[in-house]
Amino acid sequence: MAFAYSDRDLETFREVQQLAYRCAEQVAAWIEPGVTERQATARLRRSLVGAGVTDFFHVPFAWFGDRTAFRHFHTPLQFFAGGRVLQEGMPFVLDCAPVVDGYTADIGYGGKVGENQVWDRLAQDLKVYRDLILREVKARKPLNEIYAAVDAQIAAHGYDNRHQVYPGRVIGHQVTRNTSRAPAGVNLFGFGLRTLQTLGRELITERLHGRSPLWADGRSSRHAPTPGLWAVEPHIGFRDTGIKFEELLVVTEDDAYWLDDDLPHVRRWTTTTEAVAG
Amino acid sequence: MNQSDEPRRRFVHSGGVDLAVFEQGDPTAPTLLLVHGYPDTHRVWDEVAAELAADHHVVRYDVRGAGQSGVPDSREGYRLAQLAADLFAVADAVSPDRPVHVVAHDWGSLQSWEAVTEPGAERRIASYTTMSGPCLDHMGHWIRHRLRRPTPRHLKQLLVQGAHSWYITAFHLPVLAPAAWRLGLARAWPRVLRDLEHVEPRPGHPQASLKKDAVRGIELYRANMRPTLRHPRERPTEVPVQLITLRRDRYVNAFLSEGLERWVPDLTRRQLNATHWSALLQRAPAVAGMVREFTARVEAGAPAAPTGPLVVVTGAGSGIGRATALAFAERERATVVVCDLDLAAAERTADLVGLLGGTGHAYRVDVSDGPAVTAFAQTVAAAHGVPDVLVNNAGIGHSGTFLQTTEKEWQRVLDVNLWGVIHGCKAFGSLMAERGQGGHIVNLASAAAYLPSKALAAYATSKAAVLMLSECLGAELAGAGIGVSAICPGIVNTNITRSSTFSGLTEQQQAAQQAKFSKLYARRNFPPEKVAEEILAAVRSGKPLVPVTVEAKAARLVGRAWPGLLRRLARLGVG
Repeated sequence: MAFAYSDRDLETFREVQQLAYRCAEQVAAWIEPGVTERQATARLRRSLVGAGVTDFFHVPFAWFGDRTAFRHFHTPLQFFAGGRVLQEGMPFVLDCAPVVDGYTADIGYGGKVGENQVWDRLAQDLKVYRDLILREVKARKPLNEIYAAVDAQIAAHGYDNRHQVYPGRVIGHQVTRNTSRAPAGVNLFGFGLRTLQTLGRELITERLHGRSPLWADGRSSRHAPTPGLWAVEPHIGFRDTGIKFEELLVVTEDDAYWLDDDLPHVRRWTTTTEAVAG
Repeated sequence: MNQSDEPRRRFVHSGGVDLAVFEQGDPTAPTLLLVHGYPDTHRVWDEVAAELAADHHVVRYDVRGAGQSGVPDSREGYRLAQLAADLFAVADAVSPDRPVHVVAHDWGSLQSWEAVTEPGAERRIASYTTMSGPCLDHMGHWIRHRLRRPTPRHLKQLLVQGAHSWYITAFHLPVLAPAAWRLGLARAWPRVLRDLEHVEPRPGHPQASLKKDAVRGIELYRANMRPTLRHPRERPTEVPVQLITLRRDRYVNAFLSEGLERWVPDLTRRQLNATHWSALLQRAPAVAGMVREFTARVEAGAPAAPTGPLVVVTGAGSGIGRATALAFAERERATVVVCDLDLAAAERTADLVGLLGGTGHAYRVDVSDGPAVTAFAQTVAAAHGVPDVLVNNAGIGHSGTFLQTTEKEWQRVLDVNLWGVIHGCKAFGSLMAERGQGGHIVNLASAAAYLPSKALAAYATSKAAVLMLSECLGAELAGAGIGVSAICPGIVNTNITRSSTFSGLTEQQQAAQQAKFSKLYARRNFPPEKVAEEILAAVRSGKPLVPVTVEAKAARLVGRAWPGLLRRLARLGVG
């Protein structure tokens, strides 16, 4: 499969991703003890719509406390924001996937309120996974092997892989320009109607090629990374603290790179490294 | 004791009686006030006092009604409030300008608690070392809490402590208790102490006045037990407290101090492998050492040392070893010394230990190398102290029938799995026995230890040996107060399968087998954290053999009830 996006397309994808992270940062700055997950997602949604978002790939999510590590998740309903109240020292994760003019972003933003040593360590270690995934994708290793390498690294770190709790145990999924004509802004099971339509079509086309638009550890991921855009979301947890990043990875026929390096988690690593070096 | 060490005697008047006070050592040094229990006098402290007098101002006194002190007129005179007032009176007399360090045993400990938990006591008492005697108010709350939440564990604790306190009830019986002392118990006391407490009589103990002291001292129980236990008061304290738990105490159980942190924010817990009286009469240097260390820490104004145990875990770079190290850090704020062949992995574990509130130190050790393990034990002892808990976890997996397994493979499996444990037990076990404060050794065996399989000849043999080694060692170390547990996990999702070797297979086939078993173990998905929980429980309860997973328990049961069935299964090569 050939790489289908022009530089202009990529630029627009980047702008939408920036917009998503900007809104997540705004909500993260506003968030404080006493806020519930539902309040946080409502705020996130308002902020995104205010910035020009017309549709959602999936509804925004917010997880607080041990829910960031997906502890005690048994049904898919538990992924939806609930009444959990944020307390001092708690970690949180905001996840949203806005669509603007068919261009989709899907991001994950991890944060904490107050002091949380475990979170600091996890946030620092997250860099290893971002580097590892890019290295392996560049080497065009089969997706299931990259998945296994990420899991092995998580085990070496002494953490748990929380992406295995996601439906289908996915660590990532393909993102395309949404061309569906279904009504915008309509959600079904947490996913936009347009998303479902596009996703369904892709699942069928990719399956015909022996590939999958979903990136997991199973048989259907036993192929080299498909050219296109991948939303990648390694999610690690330790005890009651979880953290993830999610951002777009560009895979061309012969190369790979992260769509944007100017993101909150990447900036955090740079400042920490500078602080250590200084 | 030579003439210059002879204690200087004086009398201090308090609450209508004269208390006989005995002083030793340099009066300008920090003052230690030693309070004796029932039915003793200050002479029970002779050995401990002699040890401490070298660098402390050591003061002892006979409590009211005992030895050379005066006798109160009525039962009222034995009330805790009065006993605490006595303590303060003596402290004021011997060290008017400087707070004293109190060290107490048995009933001395009960009455000192009364003083230590008085509001503002921290101005007169610098520190408190307590042995074998809880605060009666704390104990009242302890009982209430257990009655309110009667879990099986709580009920058991109540029953066990109740059974151990039979004499308290007996002391409330009129006529009988004093008569028992008068009519023969006092005379038999040296024999009782020798047979039950492993304490040899010596001049001054039991004291000549034992009969009188014992009979009068009964009033201590009668005046205080019932009223205080029935209506316990809230008694927190600011004074730093060192609790020395005597592991073989027949009268006061270790679990009585559960939750003591609620009342004592600055609490240091220590253990001593001793009986109720042998602690003072046979283990005086050890007790004096603990008192000296604690007093010096308080005098220097240093913060409380980490109160958790010192734990050594081998093979702690991953799997059950890492999970165990983390569990000790998380649950007990332990200092955990971890070792592994893979130093980076061990260091990572040490880091995580730190994240969870413990203190971690990492070393690279090959457990199959005897001299290396001995050197490791010496390093640990020098840098961190003698461990309270040792977990021999390092091990490797190997699959192959007896005839397939080469001599080299046998050697390797036995070197790591069996000799690793032998080296660990020897190096650390001897240090623990020598220190004499008890401890616990955990050896990781396997369900394969009692589940024969033709496909695991070397592995199962090595693990069966570990199991028997643990049983034998347990019998040997019981006297030293060191428990030994063998853990038989069963199928647990760790990377032992990814590093297991297989006899008679090419490298490619090996990799395929490893992948197959890893998948099987992953599907079983029993996390190492649950094994770690069982290990902590085994250390707490002293359970000698712990099968962990359902299959390990079932195999144990079938093996005992119907060994023929296991033999038949073994032929199938399951495992």
